[in-house]
Amino acid sequence: MDVVVEPGLEHQAERARSRQGLLMGLPAMIYLFVFFVIPLGFVVMYSFATRTRTGRTELAGWNLEAYERLGETVVRAVAFRSLWIAAVTTILSLALAYPLAYFISTRRPATRNMLLVGVMIPFWSNFLIRTYAWRVLLDSDGIFTRIMSGAGLGDGRILFTNKAVIIGLVYGYLPFMVLPLYAAIERIDWSLVEGARDLYASGWSAFRRVVWPLSKPGVIAGSILVFVPSFGAYVTPAILGGNKKGLMGSYIVDQFMDARNGPLGSSLSVLVLVVMLMGTLVYFRQGGRSL
Amino acid sequence: MGDKGVAVGLSGVVKRFGDVTAVDNLDLDIRDGEFFSLLGPSGCGKTTTLRMIAGLELPTAGSIQIHGEEMGIRPPNKRPVNTVFQSYALFPHMNVARNVGFGLEMRKVDKAERETLVSWAIDLVEMGEMAHRKPAQLSGGQQQRVALARALVNRPEVLLLDEPLGALDLKLRQQMQHELKELQREVGITFVYVTHDQEEAVTMSDRIGVMHDGRLLQVDSPERIYEHPTTRFVADFIGQTNFLEATVASADEVVLANGDRLRLSTDHDGGAAVAVTVRPERLTVHGRGEAPGGTHGLDGVVDSVVYMGNAINYTISVDWMHLEVRCPATLAGDRKYEGDEVTVSFDPDHASVVIG
Repeated sequence: MDVVVEPGLEHQAERARSRQGLLMGLPAMIYLFVFFVIPLGFVVMYSFATRTRTGRTELAGWNLEAYERLGETVVRAVAFRSLWIAAVTTILSLALAYPLAYFISTRRPATRNMLLVGVMIPFWSNFLIRTYAWRVLLDSDGIFTRIMSGAGLGDGRILFTNKAVIIGLVYGYLPFMVLPLYAAIERIDWSLVEGARDLYASGWSAFRRVVWPLSKPGVIAGSILVFVPSFGAYVTPAILGGNKKGLMGSYIVDQFMDARNGPLGSSLSVLVLVVMLMGTLVYFRQGGRSL
Repeated sequence: MGDKGVAVGLSGVVKRFGDVTAVDNLDLDIRDGEFFSLLGPSGCGKTTTLRMIAGLELPTAGSIQIHGEEMGIRPPNKRPVNTVFQSYALFPHMNVARNVGFGLEMRKVDKAERETLVSWAIDLVEMGEMAHRKPAQLSGGQQQRVALARALVNRPEVLLLDEPLGALDLKLRQQMQHELKELQREVGITFVYVTHDQEEAVTMSDRIGVMHDGRLLQVDSPERIYEHPTTRFVADFIGQTNFLEATVASADEVVLANGDRLRLSTDHDGGAAVAVTVRPERLTVHGRGEAPGGTHGLDGVVDSVVYMGNAINYTISVDWMHLEVRCPATLAGDRKYEGDEVTVSFDPDHASVVIG
């Protein structure tokens, strides 16, 4: 009798299939390795390197000095200011995006798609240009200031302050909050809400006890997607923020360009990276999907 | 309206979705403590009717009363009813005990009493061991039981069930049919049960309302529905049957298509086109001309014979139509064969006049 499938053959076939998968992913992996992993490695390496008196970075005399400097008051102030701004941006974005995402996901499918495209339209034009547009809007004789002072709500001069930065960040990252929220809310089985209402829950209780907990993966995903880039934001604070009080992004750039302190710039970058990784970790801990 | 014996009273209830009339002028009284089934094919409006009682859908017109109290536009959380949903709608982020206790928690029942009631309900459906599991860790049948417990724990005046056994396989479904009926007797709550499965409705219900195209065609006991349907749709939907085309001659006589006169009472007008319906098992087959007295005989020829084990199915062609006959499989002596010339007979008491 012929044995067609020998014991080892199945295993070999499986391995061949997995090699095929690897081959298909290879171009992207090479790209990411060359342009992301290697430079990142340099950043980590620089953070342990020595700064010479002339401001060059010497890849010798490995030390932790750049990390010790992270504890300095100036650096800590920058980090906390950035954290604070990122947190406020995230909370504001969530407060604005949740009702919108809820609204979109409860429309009929055709309307839904139209509204989703609407949310993404800003991406079709350049981020830098859109941020500069805010400068015009928030300018001292811009429309925002006039409306605010006309309505008697202070003089409304907020350009080059943290308020302007937060407005710009919320504006820029709102879609990143809306989309995962939409994905999470849209997936909720509506009969669960009916079930809750049938079990004596008011509309608000049904939301609090059923919709909100089930949309949490979207809340967490959206919050990370907004918090992480807000924490390291460079363009928005540079255009809308004041120069006096630095934020993380600009502070890092300053280290490399003006202060010529490569190691400190690198250790700051590593700090940002660690914060981001922690955020992502929290997300996966919560059983994250939909990222 | 409003008397004590009526648990749910619907009068003139209409529901339109845009141009579509889902429920058309429904009048129905569901009695206190009964197991009532709304039966009909999908899209007949039975689920919409149930949802209107629950308050998940508001009627376009008409009145819905529960124990005499007008429901109007009251939201579902303010109605003394609970629903077992077709998809169960168990909260995936809560364990069995939390799911079952949800209604009590919403009604602010205090914790000690809540725990007693929850464990009573969980035991009632024999899910005691599973109290700490999440719905995703339960089988379909178990989820079904939890959904039941979650509704029953609130001791609703009326329990609404929307095809609750639809997702279960046949064997489990039959077992649950039995358990549901037992449970209903035990708790004594009025059950309103929506199903498209005629067998399910017949085995469980005290009364059945058959719906078609948004209208309630007949409300009766399972026996009456089966033995004396009033419309062709009901006769056809519940089990197998034969239709003998006929015309109404007078209030107690119809004329079959072959000219035979049959004494059957009917309230349709003289000259109306009707049909006489007789179930296959109410027909008997005899040798030609041997039909017993008091029955009506039709001469025909055996077309086909199918042996079913516990019964024999004959198809017999009389000169203007085919009749399906189902005989208990007794001794072989009575058996007829293809081509035999026979007389098919039935007792007019077992026949009904239907219209439509």
